[in-house]
Amino acid sequence: MAATKSLLAAIAAAGLLVACSSDNDSANTGGAGAGAGQIRPGSQEDLVANVGDRVLFDTDRSNIRADQRPVLERQARWMGQYPAVQVMVEGHTDERGTREYNLALGQRRANAARDVLVAGGVAGTRITTISYGKDRPEALGSNEQAWAQNRRAVTVVR
Amino acid sequence: MSTINRRSFLAAGLVAPGIFATPWPASGQSGQPTIVDITRARTEPIPIAIPNMAGTGSEGARLGAQIAQVITNNLRNSGLFRPVERAAFIQSPEAAAATPRFQDWRVIGAVGLVTGRVDASGDRLRVEFRLWDILPEQQALGTAYNASLSNWRQIAHIISDDIYKRMLGENGYFNTRIAYIAETGPRDRRTRRLAIMDQDGENNRFLTDGQFQALTPRFHPNATQIAFMSYQRNEPRVYLFSLGSGRQEVLGNFGGMTLSPRFSPDGRSVVLSAIRGGDANIFVVDLASRRERQLTNSPGLDVSPCFSPDGTQIVFNSDRGGDQQLYVMDANGGGARRISFGNGRYATPVWSPRGDLIAFTRISRGQFAIGVMRPDGSGERILSEGWAMEGPTFAPNGRVIMFYRESASRDQRGAGYSARLSSIDIAGFNERQIVTPTDATDPSWSPLIS
Repeated sequence: MAATKSLLAAIAAAGLLVACSSDNDSANTGGAGAGAGQIRPGSQEDLVANVGDRVLFDTDRSNIRADQRPVLERQARWMGQYPAVQVMVEGHTDERGTREYNLALGQRRANAARDVLVAGGVAGTRITTISYGKDRPEALGSNEQAWAQNRRAVTVVR
Repeated sequence: MSTINRRSFLAAGLVAPGIFATPWPASGQSGQPTIVDITRARTEPIPIAIPNMAGTGSEGARLGAQIAQVITNNLRNSGLFRPVERAAFIQSPEAAAATPRFQDWRVIGAVGLVTGRVDASGDRLRVEFRLWDILPEQQALGTAYNASLSNWRQIAHIISDDIYKRMLGENGYFNTRIAYIAETGPRDRRTRRLAIMDQDGENNRFLTDGQFQALTPRFHPNATQIAFMSYQRNEPRVYLFSLGSGRQEVLGNFGGMTLSPRFSPDGRSVVLSAIRGGDANIFVVDLASRRERQLTNSPGLDVSPCFSPDGTQIVFNSDRGGDQQLYVMDANGGGARRISFGNGRYATPVWSPRGDLIAFTRISRGQFAIGVMRPDGSGERILSEGWAMEGPTFAPNGRVIMFYRESASRDQRGAGYSARLSSIDIAGFNERQIVTPTDATDPSWSPLIS
């Protein structure tokens, strides 16, 4: 357990380093034509690589799990770092429900994620939400592992 | 929709072709006994002989055969009729169209015989059809239709409905359409288009181009409009689509997602769900004034509202009690009471046009099912069960339900997944897949087209 934790910490630290170095690069290059492996700060790639773009939910629930909340708190800090960034939070469900209910459930998940961002200091006007219900799965298998990945709210830079 | 002229005639032996007697009395008031009881037809489908119709004019013979084929398919697919093998026929179709030799049809086991003459030349089509009751050796029905040639399929559906009604004593459902969502492309990036087709899968048309995702179409009670959900401008909202003009417009201004629309039985309003804050509540929008009225205000998700056919009640789906269950309330929003108490979650309730049943989706122990219950929640029956199925819609006579069925992915890339429409008799037999050009979901059955 301790080993796992320190590994995660190392990854997070590396992520911050990447963010800093790419920050400098983009300042030099104006952000255009960045080479392979370079990530433009404040971009979706930056969010995915260095912050985490999504939180996962339990079956039929839309409350933010304690283990997922830090992702949204990091997102809020990241958005504070890049005040020009606007995001859309997409709410999704797994395939084991009916379409209309899942559209509503996905919206409730997106709203729950947005609320944490707002509580973290992000202006509500910078965040829009949308639900795709079960209609845009990320994992395409029909099994528990795929469903767990699909019960998600994904923050997308607009 | 189209100009179809209908005349009825009686007692064929006494009336020369082309000379019309007075039309039949209005349906249900004729006092004529039905030929077969529908409950009996379920266990013992009615044997009926449908020879090719005799043809005159350049296109008459071809259309006479095609119309007979459409009628044959309709009646067979209902599960209540058994078209007699044509190889067994003794009398020729031409001779039968003049005067049937009842003995020839009785010995091959037919209870009913359908004959006709088709005159088709230029753009004009004239179809005379007669239904014969073999045992009493009587003409049971005789009607002539005049229409433009391109409407020949619709004439065949109307004749199918005539036969169904005369023999079973209830309205048919063959001259109807299905609105649905046509799905193409990989599962994580699907294109979803609004589509419409005849009840038998013919005349398929795509109504939207797929640029924006479309979901959950529902017919207006006069079949001229469809309410559906569109993702235009990344703002999922309920829209109205006019079948006449092809135009669509957003319904209401809710400032958030709207979903699960259904027209009221009088066609003057739409009931839907709107999400404000974290909750989904049910609203009704008056179509003339566009004024909205909130009907529910509960913590939780209230979705999939549907009016009773008399317009006095609304059944809907809510998780207010912890998990998804069905509730019925007064049309003004008062007096909500839970009606589903079986094992599992219940969803997508839809009221039968007859008023006697509510169809639903049930999710229980990892299986999906389509079932029916009475509006007070009693008499629950499961009609079909499988990996995934949902979205029931009733045929206008309340005797058949259509829904969509999905198969599970076999691997991590989604191979093996499919979504198809199925229909089933409300007694739980005769489940049939509806042939569609693409994957298909969210069927909505139109009323009878007049």
